[in-house]
Amino acid sequence: MSFYEKMMTLDRRWVYLCVGIAVAVPLFVPFTVPVSVTPEVRSVYDFVESLKEGDRLFIAIDYDPTVMAELQPMSLTIMRQCFAKGVKLIISALHQNGPGMAEQLVSLVSKEFDKKSGVDYCYLGYKPYPGLTILAMGQNFRIPFPQDYYGVSLDSMPMMQGVRNYDQVKAIIAMEAGWVADSWIRDANGRYKVPVALGVTGVMAADYFQYLPSKQIFGLMGGLKGAAEYESLAKQKERQATGRMKVQTIAHIMVIIFIVIGNVGFFMSKRKK
Amino acid sequence: MDLGSALWNGLAVFLTLCIFSILYKDNPFYKLAEHLVVGISAGYFAIILYYNGFLPKVWVPVVKEGKFYYLIPTILGIMMWTRFSRKWSWVSRYPIAAYMGIGMGLAIPLTMYAFILTQLSATMQPVGFANAKLINNLLVAVWVLCGLIYFFFSKEHTGAFGWAAKIGIWTLMVGFGAGFGVTVMGRVSILIERFEFLVNYAKALIG
Repeated sequence: MSFYEKMMTLDRRWVYLCVGIAVAVPLFVPFTVPVSVTPEVRSVYDFVESLKEGDRLFIAIDYDPTVMAELQPMSLTIMRQCFAKGVKLIISALHQNGPGMAEQLVSLVSKEFDKKSGVDYCYLGYKPYPGLTILAMGQNFRIPFPQDYYGVSLDSMPMMQGVRNYDQVKAIIAMEAGWVADSWIRDANGRYKVPVALGVTGVMAADYFQYLPSKQIFGLMGGLKGAAEYESLAKQKERQATGRMKVQTIAHIMVIIFIVIGNVGFFMSKRKK
Repeated sequence: MDLGSALWNGLAVFLTLCIFSILYKDNPFYKLAEHLVVGISAGYFAIILYYNGFLPKVWVPVVKEGKFYYLIPTILGIMMWTRFSRKWSWVSRYPIAAYMGIGMGLAIPLTMYAFILTQLSATMQPVGFANAKLINNLLVAVWVLCGLIYFFFSKEHTGAFGWAAKIGIWTLMVGFGAGFGVTVMGRVSILIERFEFLVNYAKALIG
């Protein structure tokens, strides 16, 4: 077997080992990489920054622990930004494996800012059939969620007085790991015309850029890079995503090296024949 | 780190390493972790569905509030379970028909509006060469058209039509490449978080 053929048939376990080293080593080496902010992330930040004390924002934490790495940093940053400004949050968790994780997140951030459930935020929890739930909330939040996650009636909550449906919230920022993102665009924005912004996993990011020029979403944060961009704008103390970008950069360089090795091997072995 | 956290996080570390072991070769530790994840996810979802679906939408309205009309969708739901019986599976056709009808009635108009008509109108924008936005609109329109031409198989891809189809293929390839790139980014992000967890656990243990 020629050298170039060996390049193409490299045992994948060597690739795994090299990528593993590329991810592990930067965790111990202190350095930073610059993060440039894209317009689609800046528009989400500018929107949240423009909110005033007492405004209501709907945050959908529609993901499960498998994609926490990408979506948790942006969820944390946005919630901290909102609580710091006195914005009241209505939060849902429409992924079946996510309500417990979302409740932990909400409790963590609310304790930091001494915010009270029912007064400063309302955590609705999970209901099955996200598409129907999103449509029903457009009529009245109390149709799918007569009570919040903790069993407290929405009608008894001070912050939910006079809040009937999406008309009383400024926008929806949905952190999505699956097809529920389509439901927010189709049902919430398409049917009820409520402004929607998305925070999606890296895998999904390329598929949702098309909704920006059509103004079906006003902002898009894609994956860890999107979270790092948002953190660089928010300038908060804890920046999980920014710290991980340096590791991401090194890992990507390693992946590119292997792609080049494979392609060089392919073209050179073709030429030899 | 207290003993409870050390034990639970230690279990998470063990299961993470079990999952990583598949990278070398298949083994019983990987199978154990894989089966655990499937079983725990299914069990967790069943409980979540019970407390967030069955209790507030069936038990409380019917038993506690006397809203007996909730029994109509409940019976339709129970009829769905007859799928599992060879003799009675025909009963499930009625709730499936109702479910499909309602679903299509809700979804089709909104899907047409949001994913086809709005996207079409976003493609049909003013074009030109005067500024970057107009050039961008022109490129979007041309590439969308070429991509659609590629999938038109009722005419042979020769001549100008063939060239348009070739541009369409390249457009699709660029799109797939972008999709591959962000997929790699997404998967590497998850790996980074797991490695961070392992490193932080080791640091916490060592103190």
